[in-house]
Amino acid sequence: MTRTLALVLVPLSVLPSFRLSAQDTSAIDRGVRIGIVYRPGVRPGVVVLPGRAQALDSIRAIIARDLDYSDRFELITLPSGDSIRVTAAPPPSATAGRPGAATGKATGAGGGAAATSLNYPLYQALGADFAVAIATAPVDTTVVTVHDVAAGGIRREFRARLPVLKDPGFRLAVHRLADRVLEATLGVAGIAATRVLLVRDGKVYGVDQDGADVRLVSSSDHQAMSPAWAPDGRRFAYMEFWEGHGRLFVQDVATGKRVGAATTGQALDFTPAFAPDEKTLAFSRATEEGTDIYTVNLKDNCCLQRLTVGRFSDNLSPTYSPDGQRIAFVSTRAGLPQIYVMAADGTDQQLFAPFDYGVTGASYAPDWSPDGQSVAFHRDVGGTYQVFVLDVRTRAVRQLTSVGRNEDPTWAPDSRHMAFVSDRAGYRQLWIVDVETGRIRALLTSSGVRLPAWSPRLTETTASTP
Amino acid sequence: MKRFELLVLGGLVAAAVAACGGGAKPEPPAPQGPNADSIAEAERKRQDSIERAQREAREREEAERVARQRAADSLAAMGRTSEAVKTLLGTMTHFDFDKSNIRPEDIAVLDQKVAILQANPNLRIRVAGNCDERGSDEYNLALGNRRATSAKQYLVSHGVDGGRIETVSYGEERPLDPSHNEEAWAKNRNDQFEIVSGGDVLKQP
Repeated sequence: MTRTLALVLVPLSVLPSFRLSAQDTSAIDRGVRIGIVYRPGVRPGVVVLPGRAQALDSIRAIIARDLDYSDRFELITLPSGDSIRVTAAPPPSATAGRPGAATGKATGAGGGAAATSLNYPLYQALGADFAVAIATAPVDTTVVTVHDVAAGGIRREFRARLPVLKDPGFRLAVHRLADRVLEATLGVAGIAATRVLLVRDGKVYGVDQDGADVRLVSSSDHQAMSPAWAPDGRRFAYMEFWEGHGRLFVQDVATGKRVGAATTGQALDFTPAFAPDEKTLAFSRATEEGTDIYTVNLKDNCCLQRLTVGRFSDNLSPTYSPDGQRIAFVSTRAGLPQIYVMAADGTDQQLFAPFDYGVTGASYAPDWSPDGQSVAFHRDVGGTYQVFVLDVRTRAVRQLTSVGRNEDPTWAPDSRHMAFVSDRAGYRQLWIVDVETGRIRALLTSSGVRLPAWSPRLTETTASTP
Repeated sequence: MKRFELLVLGGLVAAAVAACGGGAKPEPPAPQGPNADSIAEAERKRQDSIERAQREAREREEAERVARQRAADSLAAMGRTSEAVKTLLGTMTHFDFDKSNIRPEDIAVLDQKVAILQANPNLRIRVAGNCDERGSDEYNLALGNRRATSAKQYLVSHGVDGGRIETVSYGEERPLDPSHNEEAWAKNRNDQFEIVSGGDVLKQP
């Protein structure tokens, strides 16, 4: 992790007393910021209040990290839980010596009382615009209270019954709480409750967006590639080598059961991509004629349709626009691979990301952002790859990375974060960049990780994590 | 091949001569009266014929043994030939970075395969295209496919039935050399040729 610290662009705050692993915030700005108040244009400060109940520490740590990783807050962390004591209000009980504990205790009886016990001026002085208190209420209920520090009152309070710590669904449930905090404070949807699929040693793994909970999801003996999420987050597709052929499988997240996509198995099929209608799967098929893009109907397991006819060129790596109307893809029709776009039925094929013939390097692996406004891809720059973003409306292309080799970008559901493969730390691993602030963090520290696919938001109704 | 046939033929002739030399020629009966000498003579002849028969049987066995040995030797020689042909067939072709056209220096290698395929009409092969790690992971599947296809096209354009050649691509997924340097990359940009069927004994073209 020390290596990654040097890459941080936005100095934020001190490390919390409970160490957050994979924390990529800078150590430059150590110390509590006293007297900094909210200024327009600066990200609002948020503090996750400490508490005495140790059982909640992991929840606090996860939520604090999620809020930090949202890149929408200045995360303010207190030097230590004991150094700040509330003196404004007398502690209602022996355990309520500190603001967090006091709040938690009080919310159990009724949230209103808690507000009076939080020292708003103090947190305002610390630079906090919001304070998040986490406490327990009887019968396994976790209570999250979001304080509006500037307004001096409770913004929102919500309760959730979390699975036990050992439960595979625990972390995702906590991530959902973090997303609710984001919704309650800034009114935006978060990406805490998401996972990233990736390939390591020919197998597909899933990992929480904060880098925790790495889990094997495809355990076949066959070498796997190119995982891709279904838009509802309940299924994903991937490719496996079978005697030189590429077979496509669609796997259910909850049950782990998988089915082969129809009409595949006798050719080299790869790079599957779900259409937003959830039933159409686009993919690339390599034959002696070259590589072309096809679709198949997953619902009825039928109806192979060919979208491109390359003859002397390859067409591959389809990605749907979120409205399902268009498909961006890679084509070698002009010689080098470049990014093209067509209607979802294969008509109206045209160049998408402009390039200078003979000057611009080859471009690969497009991924259409969930908001529809951008297409990320990687392009050869001086013999290595860099991640670029195409503005769909203006067709302007801008380079996002410049350090090392960077490739295979995948958008987070908020369309501002992106995971990609980079060797900037000396070996190929997954990194996450916030396109708006440029802040970069390592998703994993293990090497040999590639072909990431960021999930949609995994809602409560979405079955448990892969 | 010719030599093998000659050897087999030679063996057979030797065996046949040995067989003919055996008991096929009975002694003509001597017109003699029944006397002690003639009885002794008959006994002696009888002994002689037994010995001769035994000797002939030994010779026959020896000839058969030699013939068998020669046949085995020539089979082994043929096996060695077959292995040599397999090695030739398995010779890889290589490619420039991000290219799938056959290099001039690989044309002789492919011509050899054309000859082998024509000399062994039951032989079916699989061509696997491979790439180095520098290219994009997924694009390399398409590139490897082009590499395998270009070899197949060459073989087919030189008279080999396309139905005998499968093509597959492993992209950069199965590098021969996992190192990260030019030498390894050059090695890993290849077409590999493997036998699908009909390759138990291969004739030299």
